[in-house]
Amino acid sequence: MNSKLSIRNLNIHFGDNHAVKNAAMEVAANSVTAIIGPSGCGKSTVLRSINRMHDLTPSARVTGTIMLDDTDIYSRGVDPVTIRRRVGMVFQKPNPFPAMSIYDNVIAGYKLNGVLKKGEADEIVESSLKRVALWDEVKDRLRTGAVELSGGQQQRLCIARTIAVKPEVILMDEPASALDPISTLKIEELIEELKSKYTIVIVTHNMQQAARVSDVTAFFYLGELVEIGETRKVFTNPEKKQTEDYITGRFG
Amino acid sequence: MTLRSISLRRMSNLTATLLMGVATILVLLPLVIIFYHIVKMGISSINLGFFTNIPQPPGEAGGGMANGIAGSAVMIGMASVAGLPIGILGAVYLTEYGSGKLATAIRFCADVLSGIPSIITGMVAYSLLVVPLKGFSALAGSFALSLIMVPIVLRTTEEQLKMVPATLREASLALGVPLWRTSIKVTLRSALTGIITGVLLATARVAGETAPLLFTALGNQFWGKKLTEPMAALPLQIFNFAISPYEDWHRLAWAGALVLVALMFGLSLAARWLGRSKHS
Amino acid sequence: MNTMTTKKYGDRIFRAITLLFALSILVILLVMTVEMVSESLPSLRKFGWGFITGSDWDAVQSSFASLPYLYGSVVSSVLAILLATPLSVGTALFITELAPHKVGAVTASLVELLAAIPSVIYGLWGILVMTPWLQSTVEPFLIKRFGFLPFFRGAPYGVSLLAAVFILMIMIVPIITSITKEVLMAVPSSQKEAAIALGATRWEMIRIAVLPYGRSGILGAVILGLGRAIGETMAVTMVIGNTPQISLSLLSPAYTMPSVIANEFAETTTKLHASALMEIGLILLVVTLFINFMARMLLWSVTRKWKGGAA
Repeated sequence: MNSKLSIRNLNIHFGDNHAVKNAAMEVAANSVTAIIGPSGCGKSTVLRSINRMHDLTPSARVTGTIMLDDTDIYSRGVDPVTIRRRVGMVFQKPNPFPAMSIYDNVIAGYKLNGVLKKGEADEIVESSLKRVALWDEVKDRLRTGAVELSGGQQQRLCIARTIAVKPEVILMDEPASALDPISTLKIEELIEELKSKYTIVIVTHNMQQAARVSDVTAFFYLGELVEIGETRKVFTNPEKKQTEDYITGRFG
Repeated sequence: MTLRSISLRRMSNLTATLLMGVATILVLLPLVIIFYHIVKMGISSINLGFFTNIPQPPGEAGGGMANGIAGSAVMIGMASVAGLPIGILGAVYLTEYGSGKLATAIRFCADVLSGIPSIITGMVAYSLLVVPLKGFSALAGSFALSLIMVPIVLRTTEEQLKMVPATLREASLALGVPLWRTSIKVTLRSALTGIITGVLLATARVAGETAPLLFTALGNQFWGKKLTEPMAALPLQIFNFAISPYEDWHRLAWAGALVLVALMFGLSLAARWLGRSKHS
Repeated sequence: MNTMTTKKYGDRIFRAITLLFALSILVILLVMTVEMVSESLPSLRKFGWGFITGSDWDAVQSSFASLPYLYGSVVSSVLAILLATPLSVGTALFITELAPHKVGAVTASLVELLAAIPSVIYGLWGILVMTPWLQSTVEPFLIKRFGFLPFFRGAPYGVSLLAAVFILMIMIVPIITSITKEVLMAVPSSQKEAAIALGATRWEMIRIAVLPYGRSGILGAVILGLGRAIGETMAVTMVIGNTPQISLSLLSPAYTMPSVIANEFAETTTKLHASALMEIGLILLVVTLFINFMARMLLWSVTRKWKGGAA
């Protein structure tokens, strides 16, 4: 298997709290992997370790290996800033920059990393917004504030912002849980399209969503990876009883 | 697109970090320097005589700022007698009855009043009390100080009263206790430590005020005997001695500053200690 | 029957008393404004607009014009703000974004300590320590190196516009820092995470997510600081030299509105003199009220604007 991400012996502590215990998984390139599990099982924690967001939390301690292609992202010489360029993240609640217009939000990543000529910026904005199916809705008001969009539109804008910098992996932390059903559907369709260019890991508490969008599903419980496999198999014929219990709704 | 090199960005980050640190050091430096000078220059003049004697002419030993300390205490006391009830009970009105436009206007005006330079307060006290009474007086000084205290005490008390859980009031009212009694015995009492904290802080602030006293209390070289006469105050003496050309008086000014700062520090500590013991 | 009527009266009286006390705030503000205006009337009537355009302040001739004081107030305050703002924002950023929690808390407390020091003590230190130092070290240096500029000409007196700017800067930094700190702490972490996730360094995150979000609030803090600086009396009076002159040089002594009131008001000889000083006080009042109003509007709109968005 051509692993884009390879996680081995991942342990995450918050102070004395052992939040993630010995997780290991392989994520293939251009696939969608869903991480499911009840609240507090560690799924968001695992996700955030992939782009080193835990660096921001003083009490967090991450041990183990996460390989992004040939790079161990936690090894000494690696600057998290470069990792986050390659691994983007979409958050649960849409968080466009309120002080910026739609246009500026899309190219926000470039304001950090590079200098854009006007023509290039226009091109990137248009192609990114088209990819998230937002272009037609906002093309006449690119310079207006991003906060004036609806929740679903804002989230698509955030996805556009994330893909504008051309990452390799996109992490999504319950991207549709704050949205209405129609927007949710649009996001799910988007994930299906994006997977041809990116590797996607999505955390969701919505099992039906996981079943709909993902190729591989990982089930976490109390910080441990209980089962991981092809989505269809995990949902129809899980190997572990815990998985089956969760899927059939006996808990969580 | 040209990529800004990562090392350039790291350099910017480092520079920004250093600048933030430098800014902080520069900001805190005066604190260290000023306190150092106050202690160093003031401590030598602190003795019993400082607290019991009035100022002596320059050149003569044994001067002190006893009249200033006493005068400040008297005027702050008088200002509190007038200002505290008004501020506290006014805050009670705002929390018990005040949800309309009037209450908002009052709150807004209280904030506006706190922002007015205190010298203007002094000028108003002058025209209201000094001119009609044809003379500077401790009364006028206290009045000016109370004008400064009222808005502060009002706002801090209101904040404390708002924190009293509604269930407490409701329980009392449900027992048939009238609103006025509930306000006093229940709401005020449970917010008491917080209110006292606010009062202590307001007192500390007013203790250091000089400008409003310049032409109300005026200051006095001797003990003030009557409230209708000028009276000395600690910050006024510090000011007068500091701008004088005499070394002796400069030393006294430093000592006075040390005492004033110690006083204010003590009041803030007391306020903080009170605040803490409430929540523990 | 008896208890019911006393209950009713008790509440009514209580409400009336507390209302009276609450209204006193409005009364105080009203009385202050009315007094200031009415006492200034003689001067207003006699000098009109010439009061703020002229420079001649002569108690003997009973001719009063306040331009030098306006100049001193404005220049010292504006320069103090320009110097104080970067220091304050830098310190606030240090406290909120850079320092570990405890260090930030201690720093914030120390800054509040600075804010609590009375003006007269700043003035004491200013006149006995800072101005001699300016006179012996800083000003000669400025004259030697930058004397070709009109801003640094003249003899080193120590007491000067420069001294006022320095002392004001030290005094208003704590206020701007405290408010800016509150503004920065209100930036939602989701904003900061969005920037970090895009691969921002800490400074880039501050630049893109924190500062733009806090823009209006920081401006409000700065304007509030300006208001404080203009109203600052004792410390400035003690270090500015109290000479009513308008000069481009920062080294020259100057005079501010609160300072002339502080120095002359207790010893006015004529009613007109007192009235002229009152008029200066009125100008000070109006300016301060206006500035504070602007600052509060800004700070108030900060909490409103961002709540409008979904984030």
